[in-house]
Amino acid sequence: MMNLQTQYLGFELKHPIIAGASPLPDDLDKVRALEDGGIAAITMYSLFEEQITQNIVGSEAHIGNYENSFSEAASYFPEVDLLERGVDVYLDQLQKVKAAVDVPVIGSLNGTREGEWVNYASLIESAGADALELNLYFLPTEMEESAAELEDRCIRIVQAVDARIQVPLAVKLSPFFTALPHFAKRLAAAGADSLVCFNRFYQPDIDVDELDIRPMIDLSHSQELRLRLRWLAFLSGRIDTQLVVSGGVHNGIDVAKSLMAGADAVQTVSSLLINGPEQVKSMLDELCKWMEGKEYNSIDELRGCMNYLRCPDPEALERANYMRVLKSWRV
Amino acid sequence: MLDANEAVASVAYRSSEVIAIYPITPSSGMAEVCDEWAASRRPNIWSDVPEVVQLQSEGGVAGAIHGSLQAGALCTTFTASQGLLLMIPNMYKMAGELTPFCMHVSARALATHALSIFGDHSDVMACRQTGFAMLASNTVQEAQDLALIAHAATLKCRIPFLHFFDGFRTSHEINKIELIDDSTIQAMIDDAAVARIRHNSLSPDHPTVRGTAQNPDVFFQAREAANPFYNACADVVEAEMAKFAELTGRQYSLYEYEGAEDAEELIVLMGSGAETAAVTAGFLNAHGRKTGVLKIRLYRPLDLKRLVAALPSSVRRIAVLDRCKEPGALGEPLLVEMMAGIEEARQSGMLPDSFCPVVIGGRYGLGSKDFTPAMVKAVYDALVVEKPKRRFTVGILDDVTGLSLKVEEAFDLEKNEVIRAVFYGLGSDGTVGANKNSVKIIGEGTPNYAQGYFVYDSKKCGAVTISHLRFGPEVIRAPYLIKNASFIGCHQAQFLEQYDVLEFAEHGGVFLLNSIYSADTIWTHLPRTVQEDLIEKQLHFYVIDAYKVAREAGMGGRINTIMQTCFFAISGVLPKAEAIAKIKAAIEKTYGKKGPEVVQRNFDAVDQTLAALEVVTIPETVSSKIERPPVVPVTAPDFVQRVTSVMLQNKGDALPVSVFRPDGVWDVGTSQWEKRNIAQEIPIWDPEVCIQCNKCVQACPHAAIRSNFYDADALAGAPACFRSTDFRVRDFAGKKFTIQVAPEDCTGCSLCVAVCPAKNKANPREKAINMRMQNPLLKDERANYDFFLKLPKPDRSTLKDDVKFTQFKEPLFEYSGACAGCGETPYIKMLTQICGDRLLMANATGCSSIYGGNLPTTPYTCNNDGRGPAWANSLFEDNAEFGLGMRVAVDQQVHIAKNLLDRFATVLGSELVEAILSADQSSEAGIAAQRERVAQVKAKLEPLSEPHTQRLLDLADYLVEKSVWIVGGDGWAYDIGFGGLDHVMASGRNINVMVLDTEVYSNTGGQASKATPIGAIAKFAASGKAAGKKDLGLVAMHYGNVYVARVALGAKDTQTVNAIYEAMRHPGPSLIIAYSHCIAHGYNLASGFDQQKLAVETGAWPLYRYDPARAERGENPLKLDSRKPKQPLYAYTDNEARFRMLKMKDPARAKELGQLAQTFVDERFELYDRLAHPFETASPDEE
Repeated sequence: MMNLQTQYLGFELKHPIIAGASPLPDDLDKVRALEDGGIAAITMYSLFEEQITQNIVGSEAHIGNYENSFSEAASYFPEVDLLERGVDVYLDQLQKVKAAVDVPVIGSLNGTREGEWVNYASLIESAGADALELNLYFLPTEMEESAAELEDRCIRIVQAVDARIQVPLAVKLSPFFTALPHFAKRLAAAGADSLVCFNRFYQPDIDVDELDIRPMIDLSHSQELRLRLRWLAFLSGRIDTQLVVSGGVHNGIDVAKSLMAGADAVQTVSSLLINGPEQVKSMLDELCKWMEGKEYNSIDELRGCMNYLRCPDPEALERANYMRVLKSWRV
Repeated sequence: MLDANEAVASVAYRSSEVIAIYPITPSSGMAEVCDEWAASRRPNIWSDVPEVVQLQSEGGVAGAIHGSLQAGALCTTFTASQGLLLMIPNMYKMAGELTPFCMHVSARALATHALSIFGDHSDVMACRQTGFAMLASNTVQEAQDLALIAHAATLKCRIPFLHFFDGFRTSHEINKIELIDDSTIQAMIDDAAVARIRHNSLSPDHPTVRGTAQNPDVFFQAREAANPFYNACADVVEAEMAKFAELTGRQYSLYEYEGAEDAEELIVLMGSGAETAAVTAGFLNAHGRKTGVLKIRLYRPLDLKRLVAALPSSVRRIAVLDRCKEPGALGEPLLVEMMAGIEEARQSGMLPDSFCPVVIGGRYGLGSKDFTPAMVKAVYDALVVEKPKRRFTVGILDDVTGLSLKVEEAFDLEKNEVIRAVFYGLGSDGTVGANKNSVKIIGEGTPNYAQGYFVYDSKKCGAVTISHLRFGPEVIRAPYLIKNASFIGCHQAQFLEQYDVLEFAEHGGVFLLNSIYSADTIWTHLPRTVQEDLIEKQLHFYVIDAYKVAREAGMGGRINTIMQTCFFAISGVLPKAEAIAKIKAAIEKTYGKKGPEVVQRNFDAVDQTLAALEVVTIPETVSSKIERPPVVPVTAPDFVQRVTSVMLQNKGDALPVSVFRPDGVWDVGTSQWEKRNIAQEIPIWDPEVCIQCNKCVQACPHAAIRSNFYDADALAGAPACFRSTDFRVRDFAGKKFTIQVAPEDCTGCSLCVAVCPAKNKANPREKAINMRMQNPLLKDERANYDFFLKLPKPDRSTLKDDVKFTQFKEPLFEYSGACAGCGETPYIKMLTQICGDRLLMANATGCSSIYGGNLPTTPYTCNNDGRGPAWANSLFEDNAEFGLGMRVAVDQQVHIAKNLLDRFATVLGSELVEAILSADQSSEAGIAAQRERVAQVKAKLEPLSEPHTQRLLDLADYLVEKSVWIVGGDGWAYDIGFGGLDHVMASGRNINVMVLDTEVYSNTGGQASKATPIGAIAKFAASGKAAGKKDLGLVAMHYGNVYVARVALGAKDTQTVNAIYEAMRHPGPSLIIAYSHCIAHGYNLASGFDQQKLAVETGAWPLYRYDPARAERGENPLKLDSRKPKQPLYAYTDNEARFRMLKMKDPARAKELGQLAQTFVDERFELYDRLAHPFETASPDEE
């Protein structure tokens, strides 16, 4: 049997395929199915900063505002504390997921502003998360904030979260940082034990008939992997954190490529949503078959073999890549 | 710190096994907390969770309770007013069967000349003959304590108990009380008595027969057999009171005298007024008078021996006060009882023959009329005149029958050591919530006593709230409003121009104002009268820009914490540092679980408040030229000037009896005189972008946006800022078109903007109608609107019956007090546009009757011909029958008029008579032609002036078809009024029903009805409703001849318009079930119409029309007007707090109910699809 064992965030994983943040953990049956399907670890869906703050604002505006305004009705809803339950529900579900499976469970917290919400990191830890994934999921739309300031803000958030937890911290980031390698290095120094590359943004479309913006998100496809492979290749071996590919991992070959670019583990979501939990097994089968064919004995042999430091043609990863494509096109 | 509703409910809940509930103000709070406690599995004293069951009406509650009692359970319920009346038949049964039971009533007025939700004893007094024992509580503490005594006593004596306390004044007053713990309840509840109930229960294991029919031979004797139980009741209650005193130290007596030992003047009364009377007597006695008060607690069975024993022998004159009215009786019940009782006592030797006091009787406090120490003094003073008025009223000015006593308004008992604070706020600014919090902080966190009572105006949006708070070192016995305040907080600066805010400020008091102006600049912005009061009363004046602080602290528009902090900082209620620490502790407690960020935000607000609060140095002289503007314009009708304007200033208490019509009838069209100016932003039309669809006009809940088309020359004299454009309809080429907002009547809900389909192509964020700040535009837009209203109106007969042209018809329902963004009122408005000039409306009690008929001003109005909707509200439960009665009366008068036409055919000409009798009135043109013919009839008959012709003259207008509509909410149609509605549907009569379906009891605060969908959280369904929504439409369809439509204006307005026309023209019964978004759904109602679309697209609200006329043509009568659901149900439900809350409360149940709900809507759509296409295999989608 092929040795697929992987060390990730201090866990001994039986293989490198973990479930990325998705709605799946909302359903304990699906959580168990994931484990039965052979998944190595499970990432919870994210507790959003907005979820924490906007629920308060929303419930105040649309429930609280009508209270104590009319003789016949001091309120219009029974006494149910909305927000505390909102956070509690997340924590409750995390506990249930943790109790339901033996594989590591990674909590997920999503936020971009500095603020007290980072305290939820320790609550997620207390609820049993084996590690925490902090998702710096945002678009820089502020005209007055420079790239450096924005990076500083992210670093402060990572430091703040890291200071509140004992368990390992993974940071999920977007590919749109100006100087990604430098920023990645700073994240590592700020406390990130792993970098998850990358989150996928909603890509709003324009409705030309209705003159409206339509928020859209599609499931990923394997082509999206290339962006990840490239940046992983640059980072692999050059910074002091583990690396994870997230986005575009659909089959065993995708896994192999990710590992070769330097991934310690891969996250998959779309493929599980499309094909079900049993997809893990087919990915592993494909990976093993390919490795056997190529006579790789363990994934340690694979890992990073095609990174920037070790690939036969590093320039191909860089700008020259562009020229090559043109040349080949001319032929 | 809690109100009587909660205190009583807590005892009742813990002492009961089965609780049957139904909402009615002001008792709903008791039922609500019981449901919440049961949902959170809180146990009673036997460690069981009581079974809380909601019924379809109070009649249903009484029946269910009766059954539960017979089957051996310990039961309770809560009700008031009309609800209590509905229980009366069963109350006779329960008492007649000697069934231990205790119910709690927050006593409220009964609807007579008008509805009143407020407190008096009309309801409980209507039960005095039922055989129930009746126990009255006077304070919040008593209400809790006597609740337990009543529960204990009924078990012992077997007579069921009605325990009551004053609605609002006691039920809603927050006061510091000593709570009863479980062990006290356990000690009071007699296990042996409970065992006896089980033993006596209806059970097949020891079968009995109950409810026999008895004949003349035995009925009478058997009825007398219960006498010993009544004879023993007072002993039992007294014993329970003694036991209670042992356990708690609080001693009560059945008839409690308080006052001078040698009192000569005595007042006898029940309820909260007894406190006011007792305290006033104490004051008078300290000033040399000899007065006293006898508080009646056990009113039934009235124990004469104890009653007269409580009377001081020194008493010479007695005034018996009743908080109810029994027209035509010798006197009100308590008076008659006292007079008879004293005579009986004298005759039987319980009182000496020499005891012959003068006994007079008066009414007070009807419909929560405040009952003050000044009024009590007036009663005592009235007793000592040489010839006291035998019958009187106190608290009003009766200039018709002269019954009222003169009250010395300045008389007041407020003590200096009590802080008396009055706060003026808006419902939406959180003032009341903050004040409730302050009362708790002081009452619970310090040795001080505290009291909070809150007064709301009659509007559902932009409502003004007035909070009355007292804090002091001793128990606060003052169940009346503060008229002498040591602190006035005005949380909205605009009130200074609307109300006499400083009227009740005491000399040297504190005045806090929330204003955008600083201490340096505020003075010049104050109205003259405010400056005068500040100087004359030597007030200490503080200002703060609370909205600015709120914005800066990230609190949005909520100024509650800020104004509360100011109060604590400057009122002296606590040392400042201690006060601030306590506020912060309260914030931590309230918001702690919501996250540290929220707590911090509030802390920041507190700190920033202290920095921003400024003292204003008051100049020595008045300098302001700002006069308070007239309340209503001088062009308003005389009645509005004399009466309505007084009510609008909060001074309605001063209006004398003579200004009111004695039959409760009011003129229409008064809302137009109440310019509320509550919108910060109003919609402004952009003619360039507009596609002239009129959807904004249609959506407006308040008829505050209107459109018109007119000849270009009508623009002569238009204000320069008046907007107009070419009307782009071929048939009306050359006409001009305008959409205009009523700037002072708009509530700023922005529903119009949300529905506007026209976007500015260059800047799609802008539409053809856009929200703009009201204030800078007010002058121009006011002039524009005045001009707009004077434009000639199009001839109705030229307007098509479609969405667009319906909106050119004048709405005869305008500027109501409904919520901003209300989902119901657009339907009512449309109805008045379509047939308002010949519309009779029967309106069930609920939101639509409140915004439809709550004073001071009402929204139904008339057109230039003086015609408009004739609107009436009878009750909640009887509305369908009420409307049917109208139809029958109209039909009968039509019938008589037609017969008379025949009789006068020779005078009128057979051609005219024939034309009238055969007139087609299905169109506007037909109606207009018929009106013309009727005018001819009148013209021909009037000169004849014969007695016979007068009859036809009186009835001739009925020859123009009337449209009778029965309107109400889902609580009425699905629940309490369903039986009647069903009967009306079965009647075959030409009658129309419109159900404004908000899927909850909206008016009473969001309790579940049978229209509430699966998975929604509502009061009485705090765990999420498990049963599916009743299919009222399908029930009606089964009759075959009923026109049924299910509509959602926001989803498909054409279908709604068609449905109303079709229903109106259908010669039999018709039923329209109209989706109405509501604040009880928990989202921004600007998205109301979007949610309506989603409701339809997800199948939550399928649209259809079932038209029996189609069946007559051999077609399928059912036509589905919406397509097969394309989106999952959650795409709709996730947007509303009523569904989302369950996810946050109990995700597993939310998931389970969510799946059930999805199945429910899928299966229902399939059913409709099959009914609409019985012989087809394809759904309409696949056609």
